[in-house]
Amino acid sequence: MPIDMKNHSGEIANEPGATIPNGAAAAAILATGAGCFLVSAFAWLGDAFPVVARFFNFYNPTGPLSGVTTSAIIIWLVVWIILSKVWGGRFVPMGIISIIAFLLLGLGFFLSFPPLGNFLQGR
Amino acid sequence: MQMSLRELITAVHGMGFGALFLLAFSGALVKLHRLRTPDISSDFTAHERTLFRVYLIVMAVLAWVTVLSGAYVVYPWYRAHPPAGVTDYTDFPQRRLLSSPTTSGWHNLGMEWKEHVAWFAPIAVTMIAYIFIKYGADLSRDRYVRNVVFAFGAAAFIAAGIAGVFGALINKAAPMQGGAIIRMMVETK
Repeated sequence: MPIDMKNHSGEIANEPGATIPNGAAAAAILATGAGCFLVSAFAWLGDAFPVVARFFNFYNPTGPLSGVTTSAIIIWLVVWIILSKVWGGRFVPMGIISIIAFLLLGLGFFLSFPPLGNFLQGR
Repeated sequence: MQMSLRELITAVHGMGFGALFLLAFSGALVKLHRLRTPDISSDFTAHERTLFRVYLIVMAVLAWVTVLSGAYVVYPWYRAHPPAGVTDYTDFPQRRLLSSPTTSGWHNLGMEWKEHVAWFAPIAVTMIAYIFIKYGADLSRDRYVRNVVFAFGAAAFIAAGIAGVFGALINKAAPMQGGAIIRMMVETK
């Protein structure tokens, strides 16, 4: 029997006890946070370590950017698929998941900004 | 009136795909904001939802085409190294920017930031399109999810804006040149 979680405006409060399974949305949101973070993290690693930059040099005319973005996109999609399989059709704690996703997004912005990335590398 | 092939492709990448994407984004944010207002979101008709689904898919495609054309067509021209002995960096924008301390920041800050942060936009817009298509009318009833989707949309808009602004300013500081000349109009005198 569904739990009536309607608030004053008639909408469904998602957390706790939402009546619409939010697992698929949570999977997409967390994977997006991870994808954005990975783009910046891989770029930062490539910038800090020449051996990593050489590894990411998938397509020479584009340089390490090709491997950084291709790797991040592949992992983003794999994480999304796995989380969707695990969480799809289920109710998950959206609050904590969205906080983690925003933290990853924020870290992604932080690392992508060259002065901050350089500062972490001691430059 | 003429322009080089590289100038044309760069304009299509930035002023075509990129600018169109940013313009579309403002419309999408208004729609997503409307979804956050329960009384109004319930007024979404089935036709409006279908239209918004198509709108978001087109936006996601535009975002991907923009970053892919940037990374695999324009960026290789930008970062190309001049052959040994060449001191005229007209056709080598990165070298040209780095050759002077008054312009090196456009590369060290502008391009280094733009080339990575731009990818946040297609990733986030793909997620937004997926969630809207997957949840449809139910999204207007799920306050938490739609607020998170709106926040990611705003973040993606900022990321795309950073990339767009720096792209335009870098191309102003060191215009992309080279390639075949395309004549669009021949003046008689």
